[in-house]
Amino acid sequence: MEGHYVVVRVLIQRGAESLVRFWLVVSLTFLLAHLAPGDAAELLVSPSASADEVASMRRTLGLDASFPEQYARWVGGVLRGDLGESFAQREPVATVIARALPVSLALGATSLLLTFAIGVGVGLYQGARRGQWSDRMLTAAGIAVFAAPSYWLALALVALFTTGAAAWGFPEWLRLPAFGIRSPASTATGWSALLEVVRHALLPVTVLTAIGAAGIARYARAASLDLVGSDWVRTARAKGVAERGVHGRHVLANAVAPLVTLFALSIPGVVAGSVFVEGIFAWPGMGRLLLGAISARDYPVVMGVTVVYAGLVIVANALADVALYALDPRRR
Amino acid sequence: MNRSARWALGALLALTVLAVLVPAMSPVDPLAIDDVLGARLVAPFARDAHGAWHALGTDRFGRDILVRMLLAARISLAVGVGGSLLATAIGVMIGAASGWWRGVADRVAMGIADALLAIPRLILLLLCAALWRPGAPTVVLVLAVTGWMSVARLVRAEVLLLGTRPFVESARISGVSEWRTLWRHVIPNALGPAIVALTLGVGNAILLESGLAFLGLGVQPPTPSWGNMIAGGRDLIVTAPWVALAPGVILIATVLACTVLGDALRDRLAGERVATLAERA
Repeated sequence: MEGHYVVVRVLIQRGAESLVRFWLVVSLTFLLAHLAPGDAAELLVSPSASADEVASMRRTLGLDASFPEQYARWVGGVLRGDLGESFAQREPVATVIARALPVSLALGATSLLLTFAIGVGVGLYQGARRGQWSDRMLTAAGIAVFAAPSYWLALALVALFTTGAAAWGFPEWLRLPAFGIRSPASTATGWSALLEVVRHALLPVTVLTAIGAAGIARYARAASLDLVGSDWVRTARAKGVAERGVHGRHVLANAVAPLVTLFALSIPGVVAGSVFVEGIFAWPGMGRLLLGAISARDYPVVMGVTVVYAGLVIVANALADVALYALDPRRR
Repeated sequence: MNRSARWALGALLALTVLAVLVPAMSPVDPLAIDDVLGARLVAPFARDAHGAWHALGTDRFGRDILVRMLLAARISLAVGVGGSLLATAIGVMIGAASGWWRGVADRVAMGIADALLAIPRLILLLLCAALWRPGAPTVVLVLAVTGWMSVARLVRAEVLLLGTRPFVESARISGVSEWRTLWRHVIPNALGPAIVALTLGVGNAILLESGLAFLGLGVQPPTPSWGNMIAGGRDLIVTAPWVALAPGVILIATVLACTVLGDALRDRLAGERVATLAERA
């Protein structure tokens, strides 16, 4: 019972902290947009518009209101889930984001799961074979991938699966599509439609997973080396626990806490990676939405996407914190 | 310093020297566009219609990619080092002031740092870069604005610890002023993690700068940067993949060298792990 009580208290505490952080983010976003040079109203009227027309556009957008008034309207809107109206698409920003969010979440969640499975697996493998040839090769490969920009990796994969596929005669099933979420004019339904989406997802997920896993593996390797050197691992060995059991049970169980923290830490990386990856592979998610909005100077969408991204990161961090208390009995 | 760190340092120095010398000594102007039809999209290790040899081929305007790449190295390195230095300097100042005087200003500064850290750095960069006019100075400024937080936290933690140490106490008792104690006795001892963060930050800053340039929000063509060179080859990725891929290789090598060097410094200077995961492009 004691334990549950602590978890609830931590939940409330982290929830309050998260709300304050979210409010700060919302305010900073507003401040940054407000400090920017240029006038949104002048972007929206025709270049030949008169001063009157600009002024009436400013009124329509609410830009004639005082600074505190505009701020109050923005914060109030965010709290009600109203992020304003997109300049470019003439639709509420919330609607536009709601359309893009599931695509990004699916892409991000899939990559994150694979990132963890592969990253932790590789890291523990390296930890168990510290200093050996395979460990050194994997470390080198990991930092090389970690140093690569996601958009470059994406372009390299596109080159490999177009020019490379033609030059080296890839078999039919390996000719992966590099653009969009489904084939143009596809009429597939049911299972074949799902297969089609999965095939389209392979390259973007590979890029995101490769970069993420390279980072996680580094940490997992370091963490497992710390743990392997500890007294209780020596005890387990002395007791006659097989090597597989030592790494699989004892080391892994104690690596859970740092891994949960790592999970939360790696979310911003996935978000950032997905911006480029969605842009290059033409996935209709939040990243592509943001890039489009930036080039169209669609400020409400830019601000809205920023707030949603930050909200996701804050929620993930808070959940990770609470999960630490729930999973690790020593913390209570 | 271990062997790989020496290699990394050597590679970075070699790149700097090449970036200074090669574009200056090259017989062709890396920005000029002459005979587009005769020289464009020459494959690596091939000669163009005039018999000129191109180690890494040419781009769509017939400009030599190797020379442009090394010219771009000047900008990428300058922006990366500049942005990272500025971010570290701001971080050290805010972190030291927060940890030393504490109080309301500390809470406000750490609150802002917290909020900024909650926005993924790339998104924050995109937001700033989209709102202000693109160009190298904007990118340096934006890298500084979005990069000081983690350094500030590290330095603050360090200063909080140092504040309780006997030598700081004795400086106080012997009548050294607050400012002087902070400047001469505390900050120099808190710089270890900041130097590590700086080295790792240069690699990150170069990655982020290239990302902004790739999206057209950073250094603007015709001035080459690795990011905008990759962007220039983006729609040629199927027909002439070297245009986009070659600048990426040198970019990866540079970031790799910074990471290796930063790791080696970390092992020497600071026992703790500097968060690098959250900040990459």
